[in-house]
Amino acid sequence: MAGIVSFAAYVPYLRLPLDAIRGDGRKAGRAPGEKAVANWDEDALTMGVAAAAACLEGIDRAAVDAVFFASTSYAFQEKQAAAAIVRALDLRRDVATADFRDSLRAGTGALRAALDAVRAGSARKALVVASDARPAPPGSALERSFGDAAAAVLVGEQDVAATVDTEHAIADEMLDVWRTERDPFVHSWEDRFVVDHGYRRNVVEAARALLEKSGLAPADFAKLVLYAPDARSAAAAAAAMGFDPRTQLQDPFFGRIGNCGAASPLLLLVAALESSRGGDRLLLVSYGDGADAFAVRVGDPVADARRRRGVEWHLARRAELASYDKYLRFRQLLAVEHDRRAGAGISATVHYRERDADVSLLAQRCLACGTTQYPFQRVCFGCYAKDRFAKVRLSDRIGKVLSFTFDEFAGSPDPPLIATVTDVDGARLYVQMTDAAAADVRLEMPVELTFRKIHEGGGTPSYYWKCTPVRGAGTTEGSP
Amino acid sequence: MKVDAIRDKVAIVGMGCSKFGENWQQSAADMIVDAAYEAYEDSGIDAPQERIEAVFCGAQYPSKGTAEVADALKLYGRPVSMVVNYCATGTDAFRYGVFSVACGMYDTVLVVGFDKPKDRGVSGPSVAVTGVRGLPATPAAWFSLCAARYFETYGASREDLARIAVKNHHNGTLAPKSMIKREITVEDALNAPMIAWPFGLYDCCAQSDGAAAAVLTSAELAKGFRDDFVLVRSVAIALAPNPQEDPSFDFLRWKPTLYASKQAYDQAGITNPRREIDVAQVHDCFTLTELLTYEDLGLCEKGSAKEHVKSGVFALDGELPVNTDGGLKTFGHPTGATGVRMIYENYKQLQGKAGPRQVKSPAVALSHNLGGAPQTCGICILGMP
Repeated sequence: MAGIVSFAAYVPYLRLPLDAIRGDGRKAGRAPGEKAVANWDEDALTMGVAAAAACLEGIDRAAVDAVFFASTSYAFQEKQAAAAIVRALDLRRDVATADFRDSLRAGTGALRAALDAVRAGSARKALVVASDARPAPPGSALERSFGDAAAAVLVGEQDVAATVDTEHAIADEMLDVWRTERDPFVHSWEDRFVVDHGYRRNVVEAARALLEKSGLAPADFAKLVLYAPDARSAAAAAAAMGFDPRTQLQDPFFGRIGNCGAASPLLLLVAALESSRGGDRLLLVSYGDGADAFAVRVGDPVADARRRRGVEWHLARRAELASYDKYLRFRQLLAVEHDRRAGAGISATVHYRERDADVSLLAQRCLACGTTQYPFQRVCFGCYAKDRFAKVRLSDRIGKVLSFTFDEFAGSPDPPLIATVTDVDGARLYVQMTDAAAADVRLEMPVELTFRKIHEGGGTPSYYWKCTPVRGAGTTEGSP
Repeated sequence: MKVDAIRDKVAIVGMGCSKFGENWQQSAADMIVDAAYEAYEDSGIDAPQERIEAVFCGAQYPSKGTAEVADALKLYGRPVSMVVNYCATGTDAFRYGVFSVACGMYDTVLVVGFDKPKDRGVSGPSVAVTGVRGLPATPAAWFSLCAARYFETYGASREDLARIAVKNHHNGTLAPKSMIKREITVEDALNAPMIAWPFGLYDCCAQSDGAAAAVLTSAELAKGFRDDFVLVRSVAIALAPNPQEDPSFDFLRWKPTLYASKQAYDQAGITNPRREIDVAQVHDCFTLTELLTYEDLGLCEKGSAKEHVKSGVFALDGELPVNTDGGLKTFGHPTGATGVRMIYENYKQLQGKAGPRQVKSPAVALSHNLGGAPQTCGICILGMP
């Protein structure tokens, strides 16, 4: 039966204390807690790549036949994220891809499509990636509730950690939360209208229909995994479905992550799977222009699948963002002297030629002398053999820092820019270090590689890999 | 390589150097004219537009290329060529000039190095990002790549770097054409704003505008110009892999200098550089560059540079004075001009015409440039006949 083979989450390392948010003349300090915020070099695509890479840890990447990406906040209106993920993860070229956009329900829509593809036999394994960093008006209630995060699940029919037995979907039409192409931020109609007539009515209707379809009762479920615009609405909706909000409702992580939009349902599902046991049933319900509901039955392999990075792993690794101004600068909501979107940007033809090196982070190993080198050479550094190389993937390897500097002059949104030469399996990479402070940096320190925005010239984000400290044990730090 | 192919065959008979600095009121052509006409006057050449047979120029940021020099000096009807080789550009232009005379093609040629970066509106080098992998990072970041490991391996520190800045600032006060004429202390250097660790403001050379020129002729013809002409013992260029990518780079030395110095010493017949070289101008784009260069040129044992700096070996009154005019630190670094400016200083030192910064009767003088990431090195060794 089709289900979830592996699952993982990505929550940015940076957290913004909610009381740092300046709001409309209201006193700061109203809201306790924090929210996860993308670093200046992160966006829906980069977080999605991180979640997807974690989800594929220990899995043969060649077995992935389809990649579906879901987001309401991907940078491009026209240009697919799923295809970029295929390239960044060095997956096979002959895979089916699609982006699910424009709805908070996009994440579960992609999950539904993946389940259908696997059931129909058109894909052995389908990767679902949901990621969102929704733009909220500075100082607004939406800004307090939104958080940035991503989740990924690999759907297949073999070795599943959890099966999906029954689904139900309903479509609805109303203006509750929306964003047009010209809007810089998400809009919302009045709260009570949105919750009572949009959110609660839809999720309750979908949940009830699913229970009826599956012949199950609320008591049969260990957990209700429910998308929620806020914690109170989740509890009220759970109660209306016949669940006990205190014992059965999956923590929606308000005050720690926040509402991460289209990624929320899958992020909460990953969190629920992390804490469930074989035999548990989960009811997953999402919302957005209607609602999707799924009955999930957890199997024993979940114990092994939990080793990948999930929500718990990320919650234990965090650093507080120093100031709200910094957050506004990261989001490009403060005017600055040198806009990083200025200039012509990266040549599309150069990008095209160098995709293997820059997007897939492939190096080459000389077939004659074994020297690994990066970027691609025609003639070997080690033995001068010409065009005799095998490509090797570096993105999932651990590197070590051979040299570093802290460049105050390079025009980073978060100076100093940490530049390193990092050795990865013998190849030398001149890469930035991100999610780190100068005080963290040591020679020989182990680092992992993370896909990030590197330039935004011409208003077009371009992406490359950076290194970031391997954070083995949980860490809590001050401002990076 | 035929090591003695050019040794002592080519003479410098005249040199000129513009005032280096933020020359807001001068165009590149103005500085080229200042440098070339000083060199003409110094050489005593009459009718240069008739007697200069070929021109070799070096510039990293030329706005018009070769025409910039030909138009400024009205040197038409003869070859004018331009070389670009990162920070070794000036030395490489000089090298081509030397070869053209050594092979017997020309009797008298002009070498002009120049650059005018201060029309670009930025205080440092502009950070141009062309590829996805561009960090962006600055030259300060590139040249600091050896710092962490060198410090850890040999126990050097920012204070050792600061002493080099203090020395060069002092020497610069004695050079009429330097841009910065101000003494600093070690504390000034250590407390300055950071640019790229471990480089604070005083560890970095400035950007400036400038031009320098040389009139070259054969050793046989040199006497016709002057008695105190200076001979070219050797001139070398060598490239090395980008240290950011080089799989065998050890972050303790700059390979281009190792390669180029081997060539230059072989050509000049030098086997003990510490003893045989009397004065040196080395590439101090950053203080660490000068520190590593002492070792890379073989002027002291590996790892011992900081002790030599502390004991004053490389000071103006030391055993082997380095950057007697204050170096890039006080002249700034108009890329194409720098190598020729260093040759100018060595030429003056060898002639005994270096004024208050004159070192005691030098016979052999070395100049050195290191450029790119760094990937290229140019070295020129001059001597008295």
